[in-house]
Amino acid sequence: MENRPLFKSGHTACAGCAQAIAARIVIETAGPNTIIANNTGCLEVFSTRYPETAWNVPWIHSLFENAASVASGIEAALAYMGKKEGINVIVQAGDGGTADIGLQALSGMWERGHDILSICYDNEAYENTGIQRSGLTPYGTNTTTSPAGIKSIGNPRPKKLIPEIALAHGIPYVATASVAFIPDLQRKIKKAISIKGPKYIQISVPCPLGWRHEPSETLLAAKLAVETGLYPLIEYENGSLVSCRKIAPKPVDEYLKMQGRYKHILNNLEEIKKIQGIADDNIKRYNLLEVKTS
Amino acid sequence: MREFLEGSRAIAEIIKRVKPGVISAYPITPQTHIVEELASMVANGELNSQFINVESEHSAASVVLGASATGVRVFTATSSQGLLYMAEVIFNIAGLRLPLVMTCANRAVSAPINIWNDQQDSISLRDAGWIQLYAENNQEAVDFHLIGYRISEDKAVMLPVMVCMDGFILTHGLEPLDLPEQDKVDKFLPSYKPLYKLDPNEPLTMGILADPDYYLEARYAIQETFKDVLRILPKVADEFSAIFVRDYKDLLIEEYFTKDAEKIIVSMGSVCGTIKEVVDELRKKGKKVGLLRIISYRPFPYARVYEALKNCPKIAVLDKAVSLGAYAPLASEIKVSFSNKKKSPKVISSFVAGLGGRDITLESIREIFRKLNVKEISQDFIDLKPELLTEAYGK
Repeated sequence: MENRPLFKSGHTACAGCAQAIAARIVIETAGPNTIIANNTGCLEVFSTRYPETAWNVPWIHSLFENAASVASGIEAALAYMGKKEGINVIVQAGDGGTADIGLQALSGMWERGHDILSICYDNEAYENTGIQRSGLTPYGTNTTTSPAGIKSIGNPRPKKLIPEIALAHGIPYVATASVAFIPDLQRKIKKAISIKGPKYIQISVPCPLGWRHEPSETLLAAKLAVETGLYPLIEYENGSLVSCRKIAPKPVDEYLKMQGRYKHILNNLEEIKKIQGIADDNIKRYNLLEVKTS
Repeated sequence: MREFLEGSRAIAEIIKRVKPGVISAYPITPQTHIVEELASMVANGELNSQFINVESEHSAASVVLGASATGVRVFTATSSQGLLYMAEVIFNIAGLRLPLVMTCANRAVSAPINIWNDQQDSISLRDAGWIQLYAENNQEAVDFHLIGYRISEDKAVMLPVMVCMDGFILTHGLEPLDLPEQDKVDKFLPSYKPLYKLDPNEPLTMGILADPDYYLEARYAIQETFKDVLRILPKVADEFSAIFVRDYKDLLIEEYFTKDAEKIIVSMGSVCGTIKEVVDELRKKGKKVGLLRIISYRPFPYARVYEALKNCPKIAVLDKAVSLGAYAPLASEIKVSFSNKKKSPKVISSFVAGLGGRDITLESIREIFRKLNVKEISQDFIDLKPELLTEAYGK
């Protein structure tokens, strides 16, 4: 960690906000020679309310969906001035800003091969505007725009596979991470910025307000998401899976029952089975099972 | 040195001379020739610039936004749907007080889809906080880009400039023109020294959240700056003419036989060339007619317009755009220029013409002068084909 804090205290994030924790780890790991372009979202709102700012690195917010393009302009300007070496450009956004409204700009940035790290703080809904469903909201989640009701199980679709979409662009580094596994997150940030070209890291960041769990249980929620297989921690270099966090899978209901957003299905065995199926598929797909050695 | 060039090529030549560090654009007719020329200059090593091909106009505007915020001179160009797609970035660039220059190759807006010229695109973005200059010919289009950078980067301004040139009529038209020489360009436009920039050595937060306690003042500040721009444009025009000879007076309006005129047409852009021809023709016949050309649509030079028109009894305003459900955009501004004033023309009639590339001919202009009589016309579409309306509505 550097001498000066790069993401200062005093911002207005909610108690137990994982995005604030993850954002601090990202910038403290990347270091002071970093320029950030931030999409609209919780992080932008709670960290830069005039006349205060939490950022001790150059930071810009423009719009909800264009940070990837703004960052491309920053990188191009640095390249023109011959200053790109030694300066990290990071674009960061929430899951809506990444997977939905910002995906086109992000795809353009990846495809053009800019030397930029994109971070998605994935709290699985538009939490800033009041817990609306995004493309990264998991199946069965009760949100304000995918409410549970007699004719609705909540969000009817599974999470969009953004890491795979990133990989399809042929970019050199793609990883998922979790605020519950900080050394792993730090390692991935360091790894990413050591690689030239576009990089993508998607970080699981529970939101006590939207997930409706106790603020003190943020890291527990993040940990269980990984340990159930619902949020696999995977890492790709040049298109090949180079690491994944092995787990001794816990049943998904342990994770679901701690969150108000799944309260409506806790007695619905069929739906819990479907969500268990998603976890099981992940475990198989990424070979997450811990191998017991005697 | 006089050269015979296509308008788009001429724009690329002047952009090459202002040396932008980053250029980003997305193709749209009739803007394409400008950025194709620039891409070719970069590819051939004639221009040292980062040329960023993007997946949309929204990103083209965002790329130059980011690069300008990093302290580099930038350029982009668009048209029509592209400008509308950029719209929220257009507002954002002005709100962030980032200097840059963009060409708008004026074109109609869909639907129906139509790639030909009118001025609906840039006029629809009039409230975004950009300085908007409308060129009559390609010499002006070239010069306004150069002047645009100078004004945009002025520490007292720090606002983006949109140079509006009629699509096809100017962008694809060939004219003899003077391309400013590099040494003179460098004299008129020194290398860009940003007021603020994204720099790890001096961390700065840009694009903050301003709550109700602060937002109003940020907007007010831009409005006040526009008043300053009305004073700065004439000064810059003077400096320009000292170096390049060409004299754009105050860069706000052009008066063509207005002093003793009994009938004046007010308009913007290339159609003013056609109007001048009809004015010449009617003057030869002893008719006291004239033209008032608006060069700076934003900021709008209300005081200059008042002075130029106050003694003329009959005014026609020719718009190449509409404000559907209201008076035409330029006509509204002209009428407002006389609000609470001592003098006022007896008649201010509004004419809409040329939408979607319908030719505005000499006869169209003569018709406007003919229709400019004792009775004020609230809005008249010139060269309308009534038979098509009958067909459409099955009457």
